[in-house]
Amino acid sequence: WPYCQKRCSYCNFNKYIPRGLDEASMRSCLTQEARTLIQLSQVHRISSVFFGGGTPSLASPQTIAAVLETISRCAHLAADASRLAEFRASGINRLSIGIQSLDDAELILLGRDHTAHEALGTLEEAKKLFPGRTSIDLIFGLPGQSVASWTKGLEELLQQCDDHVSLYQLTLERGTSLFRQVQQGSVPAPKQEVVAEMYEVAREMLRDTGYRQYEVSNFARNGALSAHNLSYWQGSQYIGIGPGAHGRFVPRAHGENLREARIQTLEPDSWMKEVQAFGHGTRKRAAQGELEVVSVSQYLQWVSPLLPHQHWLQFAPSLSLWDVFGTSVEVKELEDQGLLLLDNRGLRCSWKGLAVLDSLLLTLLNQLQQSWEDR
Amino acid sequence: MLSLAPRAAGGWARLPSACGAAAVLRPSPWVEKSPADHAAFTRPCSSQKKVTRVCVRNGYSFGRLDLLGRRGSPLAHASVFCPFNLPKYKGKLDMSLFPVENIRNFSIIAHVDHGKSTLADRLLEITGTIAKTDQNKQVLDKLQVERERGITVKAQTASLFYNYEGINYLLNLIDTPGHVDFSYEVSRSLSACQGVILVVDANEGIQAQTMANFYLAFEAQLAIIPVINKIDLKNADPERVEKQIEKLFDLSKEECIRISAKLGTNVEKVLQEVIEKVPPPSVNIDDPLKALVFDSTFDHYRGVIANIALFGGEIQKGHKIVSAHTGKTYEVNEVGILTPNERPTHKLYAGQVGYLIAGMKEVTEAQIGDTLYLHKQPVEPLPGFKSAKPMVFAGMYPVDQSEYNNLKSAIEKLTLNDSSVTIHRDSSLALGAGWRLGFLGLLHLEVFNQRLEQEYNASVILTAPTVPYKAVLSSPKLIKEHRKEEITIINPAEFPDKFSVSEYLEPIVLGTVITPDEYIGKIITLCQARRAVQKDMVYIDEHRVMLKYIFPLNEILVDFYDALKSHSSGYASFDYEDAGYQTADLVKMDILLNGNSVEELGTVVHKDKAYAVGKAMCERLKDAIPRQLFEIAIQATLGSKVIARETVKAYRKNVLAKCYGGDITRKMKLLKRQAEGKKKMRKIGNVEVPKDAFISVLKRQSEK
Repeated sequence: WPYCQKRCSYCNFNKYIPRGLDEASMRSCLTQEARTLIQLSQVHRISSVFFGGGTPSLASPQTIAAVLETISRCAHLAADASRLAEFRASGINRLSIGIQSLDDAELILLGRDHTAHEALGTLEEAKKLFPGRTSIDLIFGLPGQSVASWTKGLEELLQQCDDHVSLYQLTLERGTSLFRQVQQGSVPAPKQEVVAEMYEVAREMLRDTGYRQYEVSNFARNGALSAHNLSYWQGSQYIGIGPGAHGRFVPRAHGENLREARIQTLEPDSWMKEVQAFGHGTRKRAAQGELEVVSVSQYLQWVSPLLPHQHWLQFAPSLSLWDVFGTSVEVKELEDQGLLLLDNRGLRCSWKGLAVLDSLLLTLLNQLQQSWEDR
Repeated sequence: MLSLAPRAAGGWARLPSACGAAAVLRPSPWVEKSPADHAAFTRPCSSQKKVTRVCVRNGYSFGRLDLLGRRGSPLAHASVFCPFNLPKYKGKLDMSLFPVENIRNFSIIAHVDHGKSTLADRLLEITGTIAKTDQNKQVLDKLQVERERGITVKAQTASLFYNYEGINYLLNLIDTPGHVDFSYEVSRSLSACQGVILVVDANEGIQAQTMANFYLAFEAQLAIIPVINKIDLKNADPERVEKQIEKLFDLSKEECIRISAKLGTNVEKVLQEVIEKVPPPSVNIDDPLKALVFDSTFDHYRGVIANIALFGGEIQKGHKIVSAHTGKTYEVNEVGILTPNERPTHKLYAGQVGYLIAGMKEVTEAQIGDTLYLHKQPVEPLPGFKSAKPMVFAGMYPVDQSEYNNLKSAIEKLTLNDSSVTIHRDSSLALGAGWRLGFLGLLHLEVFNQRLEQEYNASVILTAPTVPYKAVLSSPKLIKEHRKEEITIINPAEFPDKFSVSEYLEPIVLGTVITPDEYIGKIITLCQARRAVQKDMVYIDEHRVMLKYIFPLNEILVDFYDALKSHSSGYASFDYEDAGYQTADLVKMDILLNGNSVEELGTVVHKDKAYAVGKAMCERLKDAIPRQLFEIAIQATLGSKVIARETVKAYRKNVLAKCYGGDITRKMKLLKRQAEGKKKMRKIGNVEVPKDAFISVLKRQSEK
């Protein structure tokens, strides 16, 4: 759902403030594109449907219901799936609430249109409707935020939240108003050291409260992992529907065997016209080479080291993991520093290594590329 | 009566006259074939009429008569006759009209911004050499860098024609660069002169370069005409400047001419003084040809154009000439005068100054200071010039190695006209292939760099400048290796350790600072901090002081001039001259990253300065090296002793993963780009150092 009521100061997603939106035709386009692309992929079973945005809760439950209904008519949809109640009635079974911060001043800085109090109210309601399936999103590393204020907010939330938490470090994206404010010096840039400390403290607090970090930003307890995110990270196929949506699947109906990365047209009106004309609004298709598929799959494994992953050999039968990484001096150095683990379960990063994963990835991806070319 | 018309057919110039009288127009002598017409043109302009405009455009020349000189009353006894009305011989200017006694060869010398080029513009206008328009600014400064910086880099020559008391004079103005870096060029120019106009700003008074230039002229025993310029300025104080001139140069007040080159006030007087005071060259036309090469330029179509001054005989097309330096023989294709563009003449005669084209293919064939003589009529060569000696070295590298060849050809082209730049191929593990270039001084370096950028659109990495150190070797093995005892060290990697050396030497200069006296304290402190030793201190008037110091050249290379200006609210001026070498306690400083030495960052420094230099380098590296997965120790060391240290802390967090559907593509793209960048980094041990880090440490720090 590409629409928002207001632009947040840090967000550079593909989003639009609606002007004279015709929800009925948007709805029919979403269902049309879903039909077209599912047929193209020849997928028979769909394990999860994720509504993103924009602000997906601005879509009427009717639209959500229509999309889900279409999908389940085209493929088998796993059955284990105020407004929130209506969403539940229309088939929504998991909620992620963008609380972001419990400090109202920070919410203003972020350009959010709610208060901390309102967010906590929504959290309460969601927990009642979706017990064990309500997640919260938090942002840290804000300009002016201290480690103490961050931990205080997190502590308060940990007492009230459900079984899933996502923590995101603020990234200042070019083109957003917050980026400009920091550039102009009207708000201070977050300090690297402070942000690192926030991340570390938060990871420890969550660990001590019984959460397992199963990905760089994601924490769950009682097995409440996000099924949808899991399938991204485990390298499953996914179909993106709607303006600006990304998908990665094999278009089997065209007789293809390689995965394609697909991007739908960004701008809603043009996207709608394309869907009405061609049944879908795919703007860009790029077939993925073997190395890319392997790199992405490895990347995803490294990002989420605790998840069970499809075996390396499924992607690269001709090259063993040991061949690629076992002999590298640089990988050995990283192992010695306690950042990487290489054993018969695979190559993954340690608890300590997860915090500096972006640096490790450069070495690992270069090594992978090198071995792939030398193969 | 004067007649002027376009050089080629196709237009008649209209000559407005104040009194409404129609002017008579006739074809220009340039296209005139009939010798009968010569008489008309040899006649000087009527003494009451003055040509105030002569435009030269694309080879067309035309002029206007003006009954009243725009600059006030018409002159009674002096006037201008048009240079392009000169008599011809076979269609070319006939220079035999100017016997030696009617020739004056002179230069204008001045501190930067005292108005030398403006005065030159006025002289060119008054004599009708160029048109008088508002656009005449620094006409002799042809390079963009010269106009932008208000300096003269490459000396230019212009021949002026001037009628004074009924006699036609040929005045050769040899423009000189104003800065000490180019004192070699100045000395070349002066050797072709018999006199100089010494210009001093009526407001600023005598400045450091005024001193340096005065001594150059004085040592060459030239006639000196002191001129006080900018008397139109509100703060002008010519009396004070006259006193300074009297005191420092021993020239009487009465000799000083007060002018405003900008407004043209009294400029004619200067020309007349040149005729009165500067002696004609003492040469004989009947001697065999003896021509001094005092400058040369390179033209892509015509080859080398040598500027020559004739000390005897005559020269013309077809002559066979020999270079005394190389012994090579050439046939003369063309001779002429500079006005300031080249104008071919039939001949050049003893005492005259002009150019020569003789099929020389490289500037090195026209060695500055060389003597040319006629084939089979050898002469005693003129005493040569001291050859230019590079005093400042800097590494120059293309920003991108793929630009290497373009940069190479740009440097080659530039050095065609500037033989004082020395070039050695060099390569750095961090910066790739490049050169180590030697320059006469800092300004020379900056000007060279600016010309590369402006004229050849080349972007370069220029490393911090260094000076040529010397070492007197004591190790027999090294002496044998170098085949000499004293070696010059240009590259720090070649610095011999102290056990095989009896002493190290560093280049020194004699610096002159002229400042209002309220800044003396600050300036003395500054000089002491630069290891300078005071030699002299003189009040040049009630409020101004001249200080003389021996400076290690290295100490004034980087930011001395800026520091001096900021310590004196901009009032102090500085100039220096080469003063040889002195022993110095030099050491080689290494930079280590986690214990591994970084070859390209090794530096030769004075022991007293090692700590400060080491600390600054470590700090700059600290800011430039990105954090890595481990701590990085940056150390500056002398031998095994660490004198400075900075630490780059390890990453604690470097992960922003936020990858959902769409983000994977973006994230993978970003990672791919970063991974490519990682491959290009230079590894020192396990530390990855980006090229930018080297650049930020090696390049010149402040732009002046």
